Parts: sequence; C-alpha cells; structure tokens
Amino acid sequence: MKARILFLVSILVVGGLLWSGLQAVHPFGEPNAAPMDDYFIANAQSEAAANNVVTSIVFDYRGFDTLGEGAVLFTAVISVAALFRKRGQH
Amino acid sequence: MNPLSVVARTVCNLFAWFLAVFGIYVIVHGHLTPGGGFQGGAVVATFMAFLLVAHGGRKMQSWVRKELFTLMECIGLTVFISAGLLGMSNTFFFNFLAKAGGLFGSTVPLGPNPGALNTSGTIALMNLSVGLEVVGGLSMILLYMFSGVHPEEPFGREETGHDR
Amino acid sequence: MTGNFPYLVVGILFVMGFIGIVFEKNLVKIAIAVSVVEAATNLFIITLGYRSGGSIPVWTMAGSGSSRMVLPTPQALTLTAIVIGLATTALMLSFAMSIYRHYGSLDVRDVRRLRG
Repeated sequence: MKARILFLVSILVVGGLLWSGLQAVHPFGEPNAAPMDDYFIANAQSEAAANNVVTSIVFDYRGFDTLGEGAVLFTAVISVAALFRKRGQH
Repeated sequence: MNPLSVVARTVCNLFAWFLAVFGIYVIVHGHLTPGGGFQGGAVVATFMAFLLVAHGGRKMQSWVRKELFTLMECIGLTVFISAGLLGMSNTFFFNFLAKAGGLFGSTVPLGPNPGALNTSGTIALMNLSVGLEVVGGLSMILLYMFSGVHPEEPFGREETGHDR
Repeated sequence: MTGNFPYLVVGILFVMGFIGIVFEKNLVKIAIAVSVVEAATNLFIITLGYRSGGSIPVWTMAGSGSSRMVLPTPQALTLTAIVIGLATTALMLSFAMSIYRHYGSLDVRDVRRLRG
C-alpha cells in the first residue's frame, strides 16, 4: 500500500517536470524551421521521379532505415517460429 | 479452433476477396497515392486472418502450407537488397532506374498532376518486394501462433508419414 | 490551452499506459498497456510535424495553387516505429502463451520460480 502511494506521487512529480519541459516545444501548427523538409517537397519530383514525397523519403532518401526495418520484421518471425517448436524436432 | 456459423462463413466467402484486391492496389500504387509496401502488406495479411477465423484451423491447414509464406518472405527481402546493390556504381541504394527510359523510367512533370504508373525507378520495385515480405511475415506469425495453442495435435502434413 | 490539445492527449495516453504496466496482474493486460504507450509515442511524433492549413505531401491531383504542405519526414519515421511496435507485441504475446503452457496460470504473482 505504501509502495503504491509512493509510486503515484513520483508519477505526478515526473509528469509535472515533463509538462514544464513540453512547454518549450513549438505551439501546435507552426514548426520552428524546416529547411530539409522544404528541400524534399521541392525536389522529390525532379530527383526521385515520384509523386508521393513520403514514399520517396522512406525508400530513396532514407533507404537505410527501411533496410533495418526489414531486418527487424525478419527477426520477429524467426523468433516466433523458434518459440513454438514441437518436442522431438531437431 | 472451430469454424464459425454458416452466416459468418458465407459473408467471408463473399467479401474476403475485396480485401485482397484493395491490398494489392495499395501496394502497387505506392509511389502515387498514400500507401506503399508496409500499409498494403498489412491489409493483405488481414485477408489471411479473416479466412483463418471464419473457417477454422483444420480447413486452413488443408489449403495452405507454411513453406509458401517462407518463400514469399525470403524472395521479398532478397529482391530488396539486390535492388540496393545494383546501383553500387554511385552509392548503395542509388535510384539508378529513375528517368532512365527503361523499366519504371519515365519522367514526372513538375507540380500537381494525375500520376502515371511507369515512373519512379527502384521505388516501385522496393514497394512490391516489401509488400511480399510483410504478407509472408505476418501470415507466418499468425500460423505459428495458431499451431502453438494446442501443441499436442499434429499440424498439417509434416507429422504424418515418417516412413517416407 | 485549447491550441495545444494534441499534446495533452499524448500525455494522458502515456500516463494511462504506464499506470497499466505497473499496476496490472494479468500478462495479456500488461501487453495491451505497452501497446497503448507505443501508440502515444507515434501520435506525438506525427503531431510535431503539422503546419496549420497544410495538405498531405502528395503531388498527385493536388489542388491548384500551392497551399502549404505538412512536413513529410515525421510521417516516414513513424512508419518504422509502427512496424517495430508490431514485432514487440507479437513476441510478448508468444511469451505469454509459453508461460501459460509451462506454469498453468497467467498471473504475474505465480511466475516467480527461477528454475526451469
């Protein structure tokens, strides 16, 4: 019981600190400065030849992150298959 | 797992194919409209889950085998990595098919336009391969977790015929 | 205050998921609470990239005249985060099934023995 009260008080303190830190984030709707995204929007059709700017970022400008994500998906499938082996299989 | 009632099975037989067609549309048009490989692959995996829930596990084991989905996933990942290695003369993952006139090689007029399917180089190839990989991976997770519910029953055809 | 409403929703979702992780006793409910925390994080990343009055960053059939477009980079990073959350949830549920098969109960207070 005492541990529960202590935990709730500490959650309120940490939540208050996070809330005061979140006030420094820009107000909803006006990002501070985005030169990289303006470059992507202006040049995605001439360089990557795709209409969809988000897909050209995921597969062309930042293709390395998508390679890591394919590895994560593959590892998850192998781990689930290894957990459900039957007894007596090599 | 027991199959559901005849009403649920009939609705599944009628409407499950719309899910498959819509999922393939979202995968193929990934470079024109919002969507792409991951989103369309999740929709097609929902089609597999729909069939599994409505018809029960025994009929599902007689229709599909697990080796088909393993093959789809490995082919997807291999095509993705080789599409990155083929442009190695400039950099890894260089878009060497864009604006080159061959497969997927037309240019795009600047500004708002109705999209053409023949554009955007290796991005369209990568969309198809990632879609294949996601469908194979999610279906494998579903089938393995289903076969682990009752571990003492044999699954499919692997446990019969040890004298072969 | 009402202008920053999405940030408040993110905070409430995160705290609710975190309380669920600490105070729940059933393994499946703990997995659901972790999924809620991941949903709050993805929502935070997306709402950081909004421009007021903007449209989606797609040039196909975009309206005439160049209205502003929202930032596309946070949306690309959230795609990867969603797939990672899916892999985490699948593995957590598989571990819950293994624990149930081994111990016979899904209560975290019964799973205390360290011997196999």
